Amino acid sequence: MDHMKLELLQLLQQDCRTPLEKLSVMMNQPLETIAEMLDDMEKTGVILRYAPVINWDRVGKERVEGMIEVRTTPQRDEGFDAIAKRIYRFDEVKSVYLMSGAYDLLLHVEAPTLKELALFVSSKLSVLENVTGTATHFVLKCYKSDGIIFEPEPKDRRLAVNP
Amino acid sequence: MDYSRYLNPAIAAVPKSGIRRFFDIVQTMPQAISLGVGEPDFVTPFHIRNAAIDSLLDGETQYTSNAGKISLRNEIAYYLKRRYSLTYDPNSEIVVTVGASEGIDLALRALLNPGDEVVVPEPSYVSYCPGVIFAGGVPVPIVTDADNNFMLTAETLKAAITPKTKVLIMPYPNNPTGAVIDRESLQKLRDVILENDLIVISDEIYSELTYSEEGHVSIATLPEMRERTVYINGFSKAFAMTGWRIGYLCAPAALLENMLKIHQYAIMCASIQAQVAAEEALKRGREDDYADVRTMHQSYNHRRRLMVDGFRAMGLDCYEPLGAFYVFPSIQKTGLTSEVFCERLLREKGVACVPGTAFGECGEGFIRCCYATALDQLTVALEKIDEFLQDL
Repeated sequence: MDHMKLELLQLLQQDCRTPLEKLSVMMNQPLETIAEMLDDMEKTGVILRYAPVINWDRVGKERVEGMIEVRTTPQRDEGFDAIAKRIYRFDEVKSVYLMSGAYDLLLHVEAPTLKELALFVSSKLSVLENVTGTATHFVLKCYKSDGIIFEPEPKDRRLAVNP
Repeated sequence: MDYSRYLNPAIAAVPKSGIRRFFDIVQTMPQAISLGVGEPDFVTPFHIRNAAIDSLLDGETQYTSNAGKISLRNEIAYYLKRRYSLTYDPNSEIVVTVGASEGIDLALRALLNPGDEVVVPEPSYVSYCPGVIFAGGVPVPIVTDADNNFMLTAETLKAAITPKTKVLIMPYPNNPTGAVIDRESLQKLRDVILENDLIVISDEIYSELTYSEEGHVSIATLPEMRERTVYINGFSKAFAMTGWRIGYLCAPAALLENMLKIHQYAIMCASIQAQVAAEEALKRGREDDYADVRTMHQSYNHRRRLMVDGFRAMGLDCYEPLGAFYVFPSIQKTGLTSEVFCERLLREKGVACVPGTAFGECGEGFIRCCYATALDQLTVALEKIDEFLQDL
């Protein structure tokens, strides 16, 4: 990927609502070039969507998050792909990673209540063919996600005016 | 008790910094957006802070050698060679100082005899002229202007030289104008410097924050200039380490020896933790091609373009600064003085800038705006300045 696209992605990661005109000024590139790059990255699946980072603890809605380690039996020709696909279709599953180490898949899951999350594990996940074991860890608090620190950062410590 | 008879009149006569008054007003306005700062908005990268933490845990709480840890001086020598093609012997030509400011003071004190004249291009950093006076010299300001991109020219330098002129201070990239000086202009200056047998104190603290295609050129790399240049740099701006107070001074051994003498008796050595942190900054940089610096540079450059564009869109003349993290737009069109403009802007719109006059009389008609502030804050500040101009 060329340097300019990387630069654009970095700016969008900070604020994906930055107007095109502003991006054009900051990158010192014509508006059309920025628009073309965005279009290209959207079409090629580099940019999947423009979504906010939400601190759900502040939303005041009951919600449970967990990480589930899943051990599976890989399948001939397909490895872990088939079982991963089977799992990521559940609405409760937010992310799926194939991992090295003691287990195979790591799931980031989410449900409205503890009971519903437990039910997901016991009645939907563990019963799947090729799933040989699970270990569920509930999230107690999120400190940082997608590079963003959730606790309020200390205010600007610099003196307001100095030489 | 009347202390005046005890005080050194030369020092008592130096006025307090013009910035102080603004600082006092801003203190009473916690909601104000400040474009008046003179330091990065980044916190020192964590690996650098962590190196200092480890050093404390290991019990490194002693003095270092006067010139600074040799391992740090080795890293500085490598860095200067790689980034700016400068060659200094870490054993005899580099001293680690308490910020670049100490370096300037050491150089002036070691060089000046009473009455020696020091040429200082203005607008420039507030410490040069007082520093010259404290060292017994006489500062001779030279006006630089926007029409000439705030660069010092050979003609104006020549005109300022008298038989008493000994030193030229080269403040590029420049605070407050953001000006840089290109190789061609340096070469012309070099002829005047050699012809008049001057010594140069080159304060290159902002050298990493240069946005021109040519990149930063140090005057010490020009033929016959290394031997008559005192090179000053530090970690504050490049690595966001202002509060650590860590910099360095490089000069030919015979000159450096005398500057080191002052440092040795007045300071002893820079803080060991700051030295350890600085060493980590350069060591990691050696491996990852100064990724910390590159990340910050890119971010400043985005904001720089946004600010210049913003001021021009308001109809103000704004020369394009190619260094540091300041824009220096002209507010002459408003008919207000810099002081009045800044004070009214602060009181009426809650945006703090620094009047150009804080950096020399010729800064009248300009304001310094630092763009080392969060993008959303800069956007709001630009909107408020625009409103202010429309209300006038």
